[in-house]
Amino acid sequence: MAEALSEYLWPSVAYLVTGVVHALLLLGLVAVGTVIFIWMERKIAGRIQDRLGPTRVGGKFGWLQTVADGLKLATKEDTMPRDADPILFKLAPYIGLCASYATFIVLPFATGWAAVSSSISIFLIIAILGLEVFSVILAGYASGSKWSLFGGMREAAQVVSYEVPLGLCVLVPVMIAGTMDLNAIGEMQRGWFTNWLVFHDPFTFIVFWVYLTCATASVNRAPFDLAEAESELVAGFHTEYSGVRWSVFFMAEYNSMLLVSMLASILFLGGWHGPLPVFDWAGIAYESAASPFSWGGFLANVFGIANLILKGFLGVAVMMWVRWTLPRLRIDQVMRTCLKYCTPIACFCFLGAAIWCWAFPGGVLLKPAPFAGVRETDEMIFTLSAEATDGVANSSGEEADAGEAATGEVAASEQGEPAAQQPNSVDSNATPEPAALAGGEQ
Amino acid sequence: MNLLAEPVGASHFMAVGAVMFVCGVVCMATKRNGLGILMGIELVLNGANLNFVAFSSEFLRRNTEYALGVDGQLIALFVIVLAAAEAAVALAIALNYYNNHATIDVDRADELKG
Amino acid sequence: MEGVNWHSFYFLLFGMTACVFAVAVVLTGSIVRMAFYLTLCLGATAGLFFLAGAGFVGAMQLLIYVGGTLVLLIFGVMLTAQGPFVSMKTRAGEWVVGGVVGAMLLGLLLQAAFRVDDWMGPDPGVASAAMEKTPPGELGIRLLGKPGDNEQAVGFESGYLLPFEIVSVHLLVVLIGSAYLARTKRRRRATDAAEAEES
Repeated sequence: MAEALSEYLWPSVAYLVTGVVHALLLLGLVAVGTVIFIWMERKIAGRIQDRLGPTRVGGKFGWLQTVADGLKLATKEDTMPRDADPILFKLAPYIGLCASYATFIVLPFATGWAAVSSSISIFLIIAILGLEVFSVILAGYASGSKWSLFGGMREAAQVVSYEVPLGLCVLVPVMIAGTMDLNAIGEMQRGWFTNWLVFHDPFTFIVFWVYLTCATASVNRAPFDLAEAESELVAGFHTEYSGVRWSVFFMAEYNSMLLVSMLASILFLGGWHGPLPVFDWAGIAYESAASPFSWGGFLANVFGIANLILKGFLGVAVMMWVRWTLPRLRIDQVMRTCLKYCTPIACFCFLGAAIWCWAFPGGVLLKPAPFAGVRETDEMIFTLSAEATDGVANSSGEEADAGEAATGEVAASEQGEPAAQQPNSVDSNATPEPAALAGGEQ
Repeated sequence: MNLLAEPVGASHFMAVGAVMFVCGVVCMATKRNGLGILMGIELVLNGANLNFVAFSSEFLRRNTEYALGVDGQLIALFVIVLAAAEAAVALAIALNYYNNHATIDVDRADELKG
Repeated sequence: MEGVNWHSFYFLLFGMTACVFAVAVVLTGSIVRMAFYLTLCLGATAGLFFLAGAGFVGAMQLLIYVGGTLVLLIFGVMLTAQGPFVSMKTRAGEWVVGGVVGAMLLGLLLQAAFRVDDWMGPDPGVASAAMEKTPPGELGIRLLGKPGDNEQAVGFESGYLLPFEIVSVHLLVVLIGSAYLARTKRRRRATDAAEAEES
């Protein structure tokens, strides 16, 4: 978009405008998502508890309940306890919001449509999501209250522990796809729903549920919401907060719920691809950013976004369902779930999936389309072993020869032929890498 | 020079690294809180790390063939991992010290008996 | 607006953030605020890593350093920051000595940094670094033992396989060691300790 605009404007202005548009689009999703989630949460909680939930505000189903709540919160007095650390107390909620919002920057919403396409997007998302814990810890400390401090401490212990199994679960799709690029991982699952990674092998099926558990724990939802635990700690880390700052905590929480659900759908549930390859049948599927613009591809991607958001909302609904169904765990039970169950199961599944990939390279159900990510790693390992047999540390000419013999395509792209060489290349970002690699060897 | 218009180089990264390094050193020298000293160490390590990463990039200098390449990034990775290990041990020591002496002031840690 | 180099702009943004909060870490008295400023400083450093083309290291910094080590640090601060230990004053003399030594060191380092012409950046007009130039796979295979393409690197025939293994074992040792160190054992009360010191 920046390139298209720069024909009409100065390059820097075009860059700015592009950035602002992207940011506003994401912000819109996040804000509207929160409004809908709060309403959904109330309705689901009501139905599960055999009530109706909100019914009056804004017509039949209480659509406007959240807006009314928001107005009420905005007019509330903003209190701060006497013992609080003023700077940290005021900043803490916004850190969480920034962290959970920043993760959306690298999240692809449809083929090649991410605000920033990155070859390590999944890793970045996990890393930034881990920063959200600071808001809870600092809020817990800065409030100057015992309840908040306990909430913050529990949160610190819980989140740091749960990052381990969460990372292991995420590693499984990354290993199968051979790339950390979410766009490539999602693209790999194009086609029938049997291509979805959750149906790749029995291990990914188990790992999906482990991921869901760990994700629920890492965003502090019940039954893992020990940081708030309203029956023990009043309200945990946000006991002392009121008004707008209090609601910011909830925006952050709902954001990260949406994020982990969308991540689950990209990693395991086909991402922006529907269960049936409708757009492939119609022949208008979006290929890559390098291909010329077509309205069919545009439409396919818009439906892809709708698909992803729908899956994300379903994931959030499942989390709400779990929240209002299961009782809260004790802190030792939470730690035991993490250390004695989730981590070993995730490790086992990681090993199992690795063995499965080695035993059935073509997959049993999954027939992955050839794409840049897998090819790249295969090449690298291949060149690596070729070098090893050649005797290490030879002259660089021989290395290049080995690489060239093994990798016709990489050599082709190395000779300056751009992304179009590789038919199913997912985006413009993933393709130059083999070229850079092969170039580095010469 | 106008920093906004011209490309930055390894020197500028090193300048930021130098500021962090010096802050870390001063922090280690002046703080009496054991954990404060630990934070100074983290600052020093990060200042050094910034230099490694800056030298690894071939886009930040005129003669690209002198760039460290991936080696610089790998050293930075090792530093990060070792810093995490160091922080864990130092924290364990600090907590032990706090348990035994009921203070975290390193100036009072002048006896060998636990 | 025409000639803004966005790479330099972001460098200034992250660099200033890192410097300002590094200074704030030194100047602030409260240990909790120190930890918070350190978080921001290291986060900005991760941004600088991205700008230097080391995306993987930047993400690693966010994940391990900011998300792991600093959380651990803040955890330790929360366990020990009670009453008088939240802010411990430093004597003025120490500030003066530390400041003078620090300023001299800074001057030395800055002079060294800007002395070499080659480090001053690419020629103007050459497009600046894009983010994440290094694919993460290359780091991985180097860790798995692919030797570098640098002929002078004697002793690195096996790449970084040996350091990688040593670090793994080291981490295991640290895990066990710190768990052993920090386990709950005899715990003297604060009053007991104070009495023991007086006697």
